[in-house]
Amino acid sequence: MKIENNPNVKIKKRNRITSREWSLYSMCAIPMILVFVFCYLPMGGIIIAFKNYKFNKGIFGSDWVGFKNFEYFFTTNDFWRITRNTIVMNLLFIFIGLFCAVGLAILLYELKSRAATRVYQTMLITPHFVSMVIVSYMLYAFLHPQNGILNQFLVNFLHLEKVDWYATPMAWPFILVICHIWKATGMNCVIYYAALMGIDQSLFEAARIDGANKRQIVWHIIVPCLTSLMTIMTILNIGGIFRADFGMFYQLPRDIGTLYPTTDVIDTYIFRTMRVIGDMGMSSAVGLLQSIVGIIMVCTTNSISKKVSEISLF
Amino acid sequence: MRKKTIIGQTVLNSVFVLLCIAAVAPFVLLVSVSFSNEKDLVFNGYKFWPEHFDISAYKYIFSNPAAIFNAYKVTGIFSILSMFLGVFLMALIAYPLGIGKMRGKSFVSMYLYITMMFSGGLVPSYILITQYLHLDDTIWVYIIPSLISPWYVFMIRTFFQGLPYEIYESSVIDGASEYRIFFQMVIPLSKPVLATVALMTFLSKWNDWNTSLLYINKSELFSLQYLLQKLMREIKLLQDMQGSNVSSLINPRDIPTESVRMAMAVIVAGPALFIFPFFQKYFVKGLTVGSVKG
Repeated sequence: MKIENNPNVKIKKRNRITSREWSLYSMCAIPMILVFVFCYLPMGGIIIAFKNYKFNKGIFGSDWVGFKNFEYFFTTNDFWRITRNTIVMNLLFIFIGLFCAVGLAILLYELKSRAATRVYQTMLITPHFVSMVIVSYMLYAFLHPQNGILNQFLVNFLHLEKVDWYATPMAWPFILVICHIWKATGMNCVIYYAALMGIDQSLFEAARIDGANKRQIVWHIIVPCLTSLMTIMTILNIGGIFRADFGMFYQLPRDIGTLYPTTDVIDTYIFRTMRVIGDMGMSSAVGLLQSIVGIIMVCTTNSISKKVSEISLF
Repeated sequence: MRKKTIIGQTVLNSVFVLLCIAAVAPFVLLVSVSFSNEKDLVFNGYKFWPEHFDISAYKYIFSNPAAIFNAYKVTGIFSILSMFLGVFLMALIAYPLGIGKMRGKSFVSMYLYITMMFSGGLVPSYILITQYLHLDDTIWVYIIPSLISPWYVFMIRTFFQGLPYEIYESSVIDGASEYRIFFQMVIPLSKPVLATVALMTFLSKWNDWNTSLLYINKSELFSLQYLLQKLMREIKLLQDMQGSNVSSLINPRDIPTESVRMAMAVIVAGPALFIFPFFQKYFVKGLTVGSVKG
């Protein structure tokens, strides 16, 4: 008999916090305070976006200006340039990156030798662990106008003219995509590889008995098994579509003005407006827009994916 | 059939060898240039293998290494401190979320989750840190603001949830306190995920350059990466760094600038790259546990 449903037995509800719970709460305390100070307090600071912030007056002393910061930002040419660059580059990163990561994971999965897999994986992940500063040095060694590897190749093998890559904005979307793939694919593929390892082996056996070839196995077993993971990762990435990798866009083009038409993104713009120009109000207005659009993007892609494929993040 | 598999595997392996070469080539180039003769570099360009082996770039850097050693020291201190403090605090909050019985769990999760979705942005954090907390130009600015990363907290929590629950129950019956269970049972059992988070935290700190860019003006507190980044933009810094006594001895034109740059990059990147293979054992395991289960 269930005690809870018996009206004769009254169970005293425990509202008192037990000493065990107190010690668990005490575990949460310091991390939560840190999060409050460094994540939640700055959220309150978004009011700066509506003010003409002056260091000497402080946040509360500065004058309200309403939506002036936003208005000013929208009327500049920068708005279109940085929005376009951010979105286009991120879309390229997301979809080419997804394709490469899944492809690499499937190739790794096809390898029979576990030892070889480990070695390849280690080598392919390594680029993930170097900082963008180092990457910018490497890139510089490739693209150096006089001594760079790429120009040597152009001149010696293809008998073309040298190209000054640091003055050719149109080349940079390609360069950055290649750098992104080089740096991130090894790491991203780990997740897909792990998911592949979790696939029930009997599926493959059954397919082989039914006479399926390699391509059919990939298309009809492997890809469907990865779909939900791919969707979730893509939703997460699209949520961040308004957030550019500041390190990459600041370090690799080396903050060269000539390259701004294709390499200036929201994050570098926010940084420049704040540190170089010193316009706190506008910089934080752009930051606020970025956050809001980010949330809208996550919710939208999530609900679309929920409707279409019943896969969702929340 | 058997023969077909062998051919397939050979092709696959050669594809991977090519991919690995592509992944490693930039590192080789960097090292090669750093060991090259400056004249070769200027006249013949960079090569994947030095034409004349030359260590003058390293000699030049180590003739007066104070600035680099100092940056090494600063970066080492804040990386290691962040690693231990960060992993400890993140495991600490992940424990009640993953194992302990506590009311308000979902609130704490939500509290962390919101920060992943929404942030106040760069400017408010900058003003908070410089105008109110006055952490700028101290070593703490590298450590404190980035100790808790919700992403890693959830990763650790997911790992904790996968631990056998009976361990917790039997420890409770035996009268162990929550802290005792945490330190003596959970932490030793969670090495893979903790090592992964430790490695990730350490490397992200080791690779940190934007904190210096934003908050540090004192040159004795520059991080390694920031020093390197400055060097890329202003090669004159190199001469200043080496002090006047060296500049007077060496003709500025004789400084092997190209190879010195790359030698600096090698010196900076080296340690981080050598650490990684030692963590590899735990790494893929720890990383995938957190992510696959979501």
